[in-house]
Order: sequence, then C-alpha cells, then structure tokens
Amino acid sequence: MTAPGAPKIRVLIAKPGLDGHDRGAKVVARALRDGGCEVIYTGIRQTPEMVAEAALQEDVDVVGLSILSGAHLELFPRVVEELKKRGVDDVLLFCGGIIPEEDTKQLEDLGFAAIFRPGTNTQDIVKFVYDHVKK
Amino acid sequence: MDQLVEKFLSGDRRALARIISRVENQTPEGRAYVRDLFPHSGRAHTIGVTGGAGSGKSTLTGALAAEYRRRGHTVGIVAVDPSSPFTQGAILGDRIRMQDLTLDPGVYVRSMASRGALGGLAPSIDDVVSIMDAFGFDYVLIETVGAGQDEVEIAGTALTTILVNNPGTGDDIQAMKAGIIEIADILVVNKADHPGADVLVSQLQALLSLAPAGSRRPPILKTTAIRGEGIAELADAVAGHRAGLEHSGELEQQRAADARHQVLAIARAILLERIRRATPEEELDGLVRRVAARELDPHTAAEELAAAAGQ
Repeated sequence: MTAPGAPKIRVLIAKPGLDGHDRGAKVVARALRDGGCEVIYTGIRQTPEMVAEAALQEDVDVVGLSILSGAHLELFPRVVEELKKRGVDDVLLFCGGIIPEEDTKQLEDLGFAAIFRPGTNTQDIVKFVYDHVKK
Repeated sequence: MDQLVEKFLSGDRRALARIISRVENQTPEGRAYVRDLFPHSGRAHTIGVTGGAGSGKSTLTGALAAEYRRRGHTVGIVAVDPSSPFTQGAILGDRIRMQDLTLDPGVYVRSMASRGALGGLAPSIDDVVSIMDAFGFDYVLIETVGAGQDEVEIAGTALTTILVNNPGTGDDIQAMKAGIIEIADILVVNKADHPGADVLVSQLQALLSLAPAGSRRPPILKTTAIRGEGIAELADAVAGHRAGLEHSGELEQQRAADARHQVLAIARAILLERIRRATPEEELDGLVRRVAARELDPHTAAEELAAAAGQ
C-alpha cells in the first residue's frame, strides 16, 4: 500500500491481561502487515505498563489492544492512563475481542476510535488504520 | 536548539524514540538530527548479534542485556526483522523474547524493519546506532535479521560481532564455507542443552585450526540463553575482544574502516538518488523495457542513466 522507502505506519498489537487466546491478535497483526504496516507484536500477558512502555519505545502511530477475558473495563483505562503518564497522547487507539455492546460508550470516552468484534473483516481494520493515520 | 534535541540530551526516552523514527524515515529532518547528535556518539560499545532464523538471537540479546544491567550498565537494543518484499509491511516480534527488560529504565528496545536492505540490517541502521550511542547507553546491541551465509554487513556496524550457531544445523563443511563465519569475533553455540552441542564445538575448533598461522581465532562459547547459562562468560568474552583491539591498536583501524564503509554507503545512496532524479520515470521505464526485450544490454542502459545524472 505504501511505496518502498516511504514512512511506514507503525502499529503496536498487544494483549493486556491474562487470557492466552492470541489468535485474533495474530490475525489482525498479519492483516496489517499485508496492508504494508510495520507491526510490533509483543505477545500475551502484557501489563498496562508494559503496553504503554512498548508504545513509547517503538514510537508507534497506532495501538491495538486485544482482549477476550472480559477485563477490558479494568485494564484498558489503565493502559490509557499509563500512556498519558508517559506523554504518549497522540496515538490512534483501537481494540478488539469479546466486548459487549453496552461497553462501547465507555471505551469511546476513553479514546478508543474503533472496536472490532468477532466477525470483522480484517480489511476493514486495515482501512480504518489508513483512514486515520497520515504519513 | 531544537526542542527535541534538548529533551534528548536531557535523557528523555520519548525524544529518543521520536528522533529515531525521523532518522529511520531518512528525511532531511532526520539527517539534521544525525548531524547534531553524531558528536555525542562514539562512547558505546556496539555489539552485533547475528545467526540463523530461530537460532536464539533475540533470547541471547535479551540475556546479554540483562547481564549488563546486573553489572550496572545501561543498554540500547536495535532488533531488525525482515520487511515483506511485496507489501513492505513487517511483523516485528523480537520484543517477545525480551519482556523482562520492558520496564527497566536502563534499557531501551527498538524494533526495526529491514525496509529492503540486503545484508541482514536496515538502510538507516548506522544512523540509528549512532543516535542510541549519543543518548548515552554503555552498550548498544544490534540484532540482525535471521542471517544465512552471506549477511556480513553487521561487522561494519558493530565493534564486536557475535555469531550464534546451533547444534544439528549442518556438517563441518557448512562451517568451512566463506562468508558470515569469517566476520565473527565470538562464536556462540546456543541451545547447548540440545544434543550435538559438543560435536559442533569441536567441529568449529577444528575449522579454526585450519586457518593460517597468525590469523584471528575467535573464542567459542556454549550458551543456553533461555536459562541464562553461559551469558556471564559471553559478556567477559565481549570485553576481552574490545580489550584485545585496544591493546593491539586495531580499535582505531577498525573504527576508520567502519567509518569508510559508512561514508561510501551514504555516498552510493546519494548518487543513486541523483540518478533517479535525473531521469524521468517514463524514460527509465522505456529504457528497462528495451533491456527486457533484449534490444539493449543492462550495462549500456546503466551507463546511459549515470551519464544523464552527470550532466
């Protein structure tokens, strides 16, 4: 999607919390790779501090969080808080996984620009990233 | 002074991360940062870690960084993974093996995509290493893309090059071939808990004994990086390599050779850029089509391009 040598969109895909189901995160990482992004994948069992610190060190444009444990309202606010604490206030945030509809508003208020639930076409995620990040 | 440079010099890690992005994107702004910060570099011991895909480079790099932390030093890590030749996208997964370092304020880990560079590194690697060096890390560890036989660029970027081998990956003739093995300052047999480690060590020893008298004999070490075994000895061997270079006066020679390599590589890139700019894309298209149709040979076509840039 981007020409060789052009600045690349850098995306952090992370799984905060204790659930080990990383299939979805890997599918999204792969789709973004095929869409021409540079995807930093940090694997499972990340604390909010680790996610925020990786986002800072890698200077990413986008942070995508995957969660299937149901702890999103517990963990995501802490990720956002840790990002703010480090001055990382200009990344595009999205999330995916098993996230009930009634939690949408709360996550939007936290700054999540999109929530991708099971059944999402991966191309929609790639398009979302390219629509929102200017390079 | 640029605000970002000011923050960088005061030790702000976010400023470091932002400057690296600009340098990596090879923008004029990025080059200006290299110009400003290069005078602050030259203090770090740069260490290359290379070897095949899956040989344990990331785990070994993480373990070595942890050892330096135990010894009270700070560490910057650049880990390179390949870009797709088709989409230019990349999965950068080296951090997975370095989780324990993520929250250590004395360690900074940066993943880089190879962005089309050959040789196991990335186009802007030397500049990124200089920036990390200028930030003040005692050690800068550079992990290459999984390398096969011929990815020798790391030797020009790092002062000390560690080649990671594994048991069960080929006979002694593999190791006798020219290429990557010649640039190793330290040979590591990682996954030494696997069968065949001692056989590989003796094969490597036998190979080194075939070298002409007076030539370099890199030490061979066994490690099981995932359990931290052999890592303190590796750190000692790295220190020994540097001390040897200092003692023999080779350090200055190697620095000059590395600088020469770097300057020529940049000059080559500038000339290529000039050539690309001197010839409109349609003209280039026409030229290469004639080569593809066998109406023109590639040397004559390239001469034409170079001549256009020289006018």
